[in-house]
Parts: sequence; structure tokens; C-alpha cells
Amino acid sequence: MSLQPPFPLLSVNSLDIAFGSNRVVKDLSFDLYPGQTLAIVGESGSGKSMTSLAIMGLVHYLNATIAGGNILFRRSTDSAPVDLTQLTDRQMRKIRGKDISMIFQEPMTSLNPVYTVGDQITEVLLLHGDYTRATARDEALRLLRLVRLADVESLLKRYPHQLSGGMRQRVMIAMALACKPKVLVADEPTTALDVTIQAQILTIIRDLQKELGMAVIFITHDMGVVAEIADHVVVMREGEKVEEAAVEPLFEQPQKAYTRALLAAVPTLGSMKGQNLPCSEPLVIFDGADVVTRGEATVQDTVRVQEQPIVRVDNLVTRFDINKGFWGGVSHRVHAVENVSFDIYPGETLALVGESGSGKSTIGRTIQQLQESTSGEIVFSGKPVSQMSRSEKMTLRQQVQYIFQDPFASLDPRKTVGFSIAEPIHTHQLLNGRQNVSQRVNELLERVGLKPEHAKRYPHEFSGGQRQRICIARALASKPKLIIADEALSALDVSIQAQIIHLMMQLQREEGLAYLFISHDMAVVEKMSHRVAVLHLGQIVEMGPRQLVFDTPQHAYTKKLLSAVPVADPKHQRQHLLLDGDIPSPIRKVGDEPIVNPLNEVQPGHYVSHSEASAPL
Amino acid sequence: MAKFLFYRVLQALFVLVAVTLIVSFAIRLTGDPAIMLAQGAGSITEADLERIREALGLNQPFLVQYLEFLKGLVTGDMGRSFMGGTSVSELIGRALPATLALAFASLLISIVVSIPLGIKAAVSRGKWPDQMIRILSLVGLSFPNFWLAIMLVLLFSITFNLLPPSGMEGWQSFIMPAATMGIILTATNVRLVRTTMLETLRSQYIMVARAKGLSNSAVLYKHALRNCSIPLITYFGLQFGGLLGGIVVVERVFNWPGLGTLAFDAVAARDYPVLQGVITVLSLMIISINLLVDVAYGFVDPRVRKS
Repeated sequence: MSLQPPFPLLSVNSLDIAFGSNRVVKDLSFDLYPGQTLAIVGESGSGKSMTSLAIMGLVHYLNATIAGGNILFRRSTDSAPVDLTQLTDRQMRKIRGKDISMIFQEPMTSLNPVYTVGDQITEVLLLHGDYTRATARDEALRLLRLVRLADVESLLKRYPHQLSGGMRQRVMIAMALACKPKVLVADEPTTALDVTIQAQILTIIRDLQKELGMAVIFITHDMGVVAEIADHVVVMREGEKVEEAAVEPLFEQPQKAYTRALLAAVPTLGSMKGQNLPCSEPLVIFDGADVVTRGEATVQDTVRVQEQPIVRVDNLVTRFDINKGFWGGVSHRVHAVENVSFDIYPGETLALVGESGSGKSTIGRTIQQLQESTSGEIVFSGKPVSQMSRSEKMTLRQQVQYIFQDPFASLDPRKTVGFSIAEPIHTHQLLNGRQNVSQRVNELLERVGLKPEHAKRYPHEFSGGQRQRICIARALASKPKLIIADEALSALDVSIQAQIIHLMMQLQREEGLAYLFISHDMAVVEKMSHRVAVLHLGQIVEMGPRQLVFDTPQHAYTKKLLSAVPVADPKHQRQHLLLDGDIPSPIRKVGDEPIVNPLNEVQPGHYVSHSEASAPL
Repeated sequence: MAKFLFYRVLQALFVLVAVTLIVSFAIRLTGDPAIMLAQGAGSITEADLERIREALGLNQPFLVQYLEFLKGLVTGDMGRSFMGGTSVSELIGRALPATLALAFASLLISIVVSIPLGIKAAVSRGKWPDQMIRILSLVGLSFPNFWLAIMLVLLFSITFNLLPPSGMEGWQSFIMPAATMGIILTATNVRLVRTTMLETLRSQYIMVARAKGLSNSAVLYKHALRNCSIPLITYFGLQFGGLLGGIVVVERVFNWPGLGTLAFDAVAARDYPVLQGVITVLSLMIISINLLVDVAYGFVDPRVRKS
């Protein structure tokens, strides 16, 4: 007799996972029903990924152990459940990849670089299914079509490095679905992808789930993605379940303080509708067991347009030669930046938004003179860089500072934090005497919300958010006028992200700083910036005051970007605008110059590229 | 590819000239071969010595002699030995196969032993098999090759009388010289395999392979090993040079009729042409091994292949 639903397919009961004596998942219980999408949400260190690996029976490869509890899995409705934690590795291997399969976070590193896509997919089929080489190949083709990939015949013979991130993640999904699993575990499958590609992948997962009737456990930190895809949500924090609810009640009436703080910290697209200036909102902090609100809303009216722009970029072009041919000639070029012009005024935040390969980071590096331009001019404080003497270039480097994406990689692990912060002071000889320098370092640390005694510590003693604060302090050390923040918030948890946004806006008000804010995250851009430039294939397609660009986007690409952002509201009906295709590549053959579309002013200060009139992108 | 090969050939030529120039110059500092040749011939006058030098072409300035040698190389004639007048090409032709056989046997032993041991150490990191393998590797690293060779001879030839103590007759005679070199190479290779393997095992695609339900050996030998191969091939290639150096000593101990013995005797007798010839051949071998290594990269890793 088969049992009728609701009957859990998988139940996790009082699960404990430990690294040695350190418990990373504590007393976790939840049920997964057939056809359900269960989201496990949490910030770093919440234990969500360990939970997914425990379901796969893989935790011992990370030297963790299951210290208690069980995971009951029902292979079919009329069989008795088995406890996955008690199975031998041999037994577990028959379930892994067949009944329960998994997609991982990093599509760039999830596929084995030395085997073809075809080899890697047929491997699973031959392992678990009843296939011959030929039938497995046919099945692999079917699977690749299932995840909406084109030109599948040739794809089978290609290697992972020849595919884009989005394509690799689709191959991963095809691989995970190969044996028609009952449960699909997806661990942050879209985090490393661009928003438009993220929207595509989410749609594929959702459609296939319906088609195949499988249950999905979706691990994420992104509340927008949760609202978009989940039926049921488990919120985790520091290894414990904080709250569990169906998706709508969770967003409407979060019961626990932590969930409320988490939701409050999520930057929501559209939150600034109707306002012309960015606004620094009060910080909602989860403090102990309570939600505390700190600070008050302040309008960020800091732009000094009457002054001369700090930086003016004039028809900037940056190209890289690649693909040396048989006789060493250049056959292809990356057209990273094509005829880009903009200026940044004191106290202004100009956001450069765009997807991978749009050239946004190259522009930042070119301004800071880390990268040579092919043509065009950068004018700094009224003086063209090409006419600058060595000492004037030094001044430029002092007044333009950089904050990078990865706070772990951008501090020297062998130097104290104080040393790193003091370095620009020494380089630009801003202060003399050890006493003065160390006093300044202490001031800077306090400025970014850290303590003076932190100066003697090393980077590994700090969390990601604290390290990003240290990087900001280092940038401030040389008294810059402009800070280029290149995806500076992307690697941080939302609550930390909110704090850093708060800090950056506060510093802008108090120090009159200008920011060139490079980001792919439309919601954060909306919150922070005065003006926005949307980049596509190295060209600005739309530029203007934030309010005009976000409230009345003109260019098809801007609309596409905005529509792809997941909205943290389960009732929101996404309008899927033109979400097909891959991100186009800026690599072109030598001689095949891209068409540079001029910008037309549609409203005062709001420029749109002419390509809008032509076909959608 | 054409450009790559062109630079490779240029590089090879440069290395060849530099090495032979240094060696030819250095050996001439060791003394006069005429005196060596005249030894045992009773009373020798300075005029006799001068005649010998003239016959051997040693009365000419160094650079002329060296250019003569280069000219010979281009025409394929490496000259004749001072001792007995056999042509150098013939001497090398006899010794080279013996050395190559020994070198490849040693390399083969070390690869076949170090890969499974290194993988075993990596997967059981910190546990007793890993500790054991690391201790053994340290012991192996600490052996001087000649000492190890002598100990093997004492044990297997003298005490147990199982293996021939010297010479190259039959496969049994390969065992001890190849084992001597193999053990020393294995000691370093095990550590290298272990480290690269540990790094590869941390990759996401290894976790993905496990999540597919593949067996442990499929994960290790199919998915991980091939990704380790770039650093391993690089190192095994580099090692070949060191191996040829070490072989000179080991050949001496086992009286192996290879290039090492030939070179050793040539140095002792100040037999310039033979030494220059041996060095040229050894350099060529090392250069071609390095070229092979570069080609092998593309073979194991699709990312290196040019589209």
C-alpha cells in the first residue's frame, strides 16, 4: 500500500554536525515533502552548507562528523525510510547522484577541467543507470536540451573552460538531473552568476522541478531568491534553526527577531522610488536576542556640482590583445572599454553597473592608473593625466583610492592591520614621526568603527566585514577625494553589507568623499548612488540621475537588468523580460570594430544610447 | 606553435654552446693529457710531449680547439678518444643505451611507487599511513646514493648472494642500480604527489565527483590524478637532469657500462673529446625531455592546448 502525501520524503531529525568538539549544526530538524522547494537561508557560518553535505553523506570528507540525530530518506512511498547517517559509504554511493543529487555554488570550479562535458555527464548515467555508451550519449544530449542549452552535439565534446559560468551551471544541473533524482540539493547555485543568468537558472530549476516532480532543497543567503523560488523556508543562524514557515507568512510576519533583522537588511529594488537623493537609513542590528535600530535616516545631499569635477573621463578606450595566432600575430582583442565618457563631482557617488565582461572594473583600474588605456583621456582635477609629471601622478594615486571585492585577499596576511593602514601615509609622506602616524592609524580605526588596539592584530583575526572596514581605513589614510569601490560589498553577508553601506555614506557626508561604485547589484546601487551609468560590452548604454534611470529606464538592457533582480516579496510577480541567451562576449576579431552608439539626452542629465532604437540586446 | 618551436630550438642551441664551452674550458684547467698519455712509456722528453700535443691538436689556442669541436658537431663527427683512438660516437653509441635503460627503469620505479603511496598519504592525511609514508620518505631522502648502493651490494650480493654485484648482464643486474636511484627519487616524489594531491582534493570538482556517487578509486585515479599531472610532469621532467647526474655515481659503484662511467673515466684520463661528447649528449637529452614535458602538458590538460 502506498502512502498518500503529505508524507515526508526526507526528514532531518535533531541533526548535530561537529568539527572535532566544535558543533556547527545543532539540533536541526525539518521535513521535505515530495515536489516541495525548501529554502534554507542563513548568513556565513549558519551551517546551511554543512547541512546540505550531510544529506549527501559527504561531511566526513571535510573531516566533520555527524554527532547526533538522523536523516530519514524514503526511496519510494511504500518502502521503509532509511537513515542516511547510518549507511556505509558503499550503500550511500548508490543513493548519491541517483536519488539525491547536488548542485554546487561555484560553476567555474564544479566541473573537472580535464574531461569533456560529455564524459562528465555520461559518467553518472553509466554509473547508476542501465545505459550503453551510445544510449548514454543520447541521454546526455537530451539532458543538455532539457536545461535549454543550444548546439548540444558540439557541446558534448567541449571542455569546461570553453563555457561561460551560466553554461557550466546548466551542465551541472543536467548532470544532477541525469538519474531523475527525488531530491535535488542546490547549494547557492546562482550566487556566483550575473543577475540575468541567475534569473535563467532559477527559471530552469523551477520548471524542471514541476516537470520531474522532484523536491528541492535550496540553500541560499539571498532573501530575494528565497521569495522567488521557495514554498517553505528554514532560517538558520550559527548552526541552529531560528524559524521555519511557509514562504508568504515568513515574509509577511516574521516571528523571530533575527528573521526580521535579516529581512530589514536586504536591499530591495524599488525602495527608493520617487526619491531623488540617496538616503542613509537607520541600521537595523541584531544585537544579542533583540533587534536594535541605530542612527536616523539622513538624506545624502553631498554632491558639489558647482565645483570642478574630480575626474573627467573622455572617450576612454581600453583593449587587450589576446589569442596569438600561429605566427604570433594578434587575432582577437578584448574590447573592454569603448568610448566611455563621464565625470564625477566632489561628494558624488557614481555607480557603474553591468554584468561580467561589461568593462566596469577596467574603467576603475584605468582611472587609478593600474591599467593603461588604448586611447581617450582621463582628466584629474582639471589636468589631463597624459600631461602629468611623475609627482602629479603620485598625487593622483594618493587622492584616488581603491577598495576591492575580496577583503580576505586584499590585506597582507603577514603584516599587522596597523602596518597596512599606515603604509599609504608613509608612501605619500603625509605625516612624520612614529607617534603622529600611530595616532592617525588609531583615529582611522575608530573612524571605521573599530578599536585602536586592533592595530596590532593580523588580518586573519578579523571577520570579513571587519576586514572590509580595515580596507576602508587604509583607503582613507591617504586623505583621498575619490574612492573606487570595486564590488566592495559583494562578498559580504547582507547584515554586514548594510553596515558597510551605512559607513560609506556616513564617510561621504563627513569627509566629502566621492565614490565610483562598481557593482552588479542593482538594489545596492539604488540605495547608494546619486548617478548611475549602465555598461554593456564596454559602452555606456544609459546614464543619468539614479531616480530617472531606475524609475524610468529607457534602454532595453537597463530594463532587462532591472527585471532580472529577484525581489524579496513572494507575492511579487516577476516580469520576465528578454531573459534568454548568454552574456555576449566583448572579444572580437581584429578589424571587427564594434559600433559605438552615441548617447542622446532624453531628459535633463539622462542619456540613453542610440542602440535602443535598434533590436533588443 | 611554429614560433614556440623556433624559440625552443634557439634556446636549445644556446644551452648546448654554453654547457660545452664551460665544460671544455674547465677540463683544460685540470692538467695536461699528454702527460697522462706518456705515463708508463719510460723516459719522456719535453719534445715528445710536444709531439703528442701537436698530434692531438692541443697546441692550438683554446678557442680554436673549441671551434674545431663545434665544427665537428655540425658535421656529425665528435672526434676520437685520446685513449686508443676509438671514435667518440662509437663509445657513446655503446654507453647510451645502458644509461637510458637504467634512467628509465629508475624513473619508472619511482613513478609506480610514489603515485599510489603519495595518494595514500594524501587521503589519510594526519593518520598513521600518512605518518609512516612521510617518515620513510625522510629516511629515503637522507641516504647518499653511493652509500645506499654499497649497502645493497653488501646485503644482496655478498650476504645473500642473490643478485650480481656489478656489470650489465640480464635483468637481475638492473635491480640494484635501478632500485638505488628509484628509492632516492621516490622519497622526494612521494612528498610532491602528496602535496599536489592534497591541493587537488580540496577542489570543488572532487566534491562534485563524490556527489555523483563515484567510488573512491574513481574519484582519486580518474578525477584527481589527471589534474595533478601538470606539476608532477614538470617535476619528473626536471628530475631527469638530476637523475643523470646521480647516475654517474651509481654507475661507478655497479660498474655499469653507461655514459656515467664513460664520463668518469674521461675526466680521470683528461680525455677531452670523450667528455665533450658525453656532455653534449647529456645536454641534448635534458633539452629534449623538457620539450617532451611541454608537449605532455597539452596532452593531459585541454586548457593548455591552443585552439
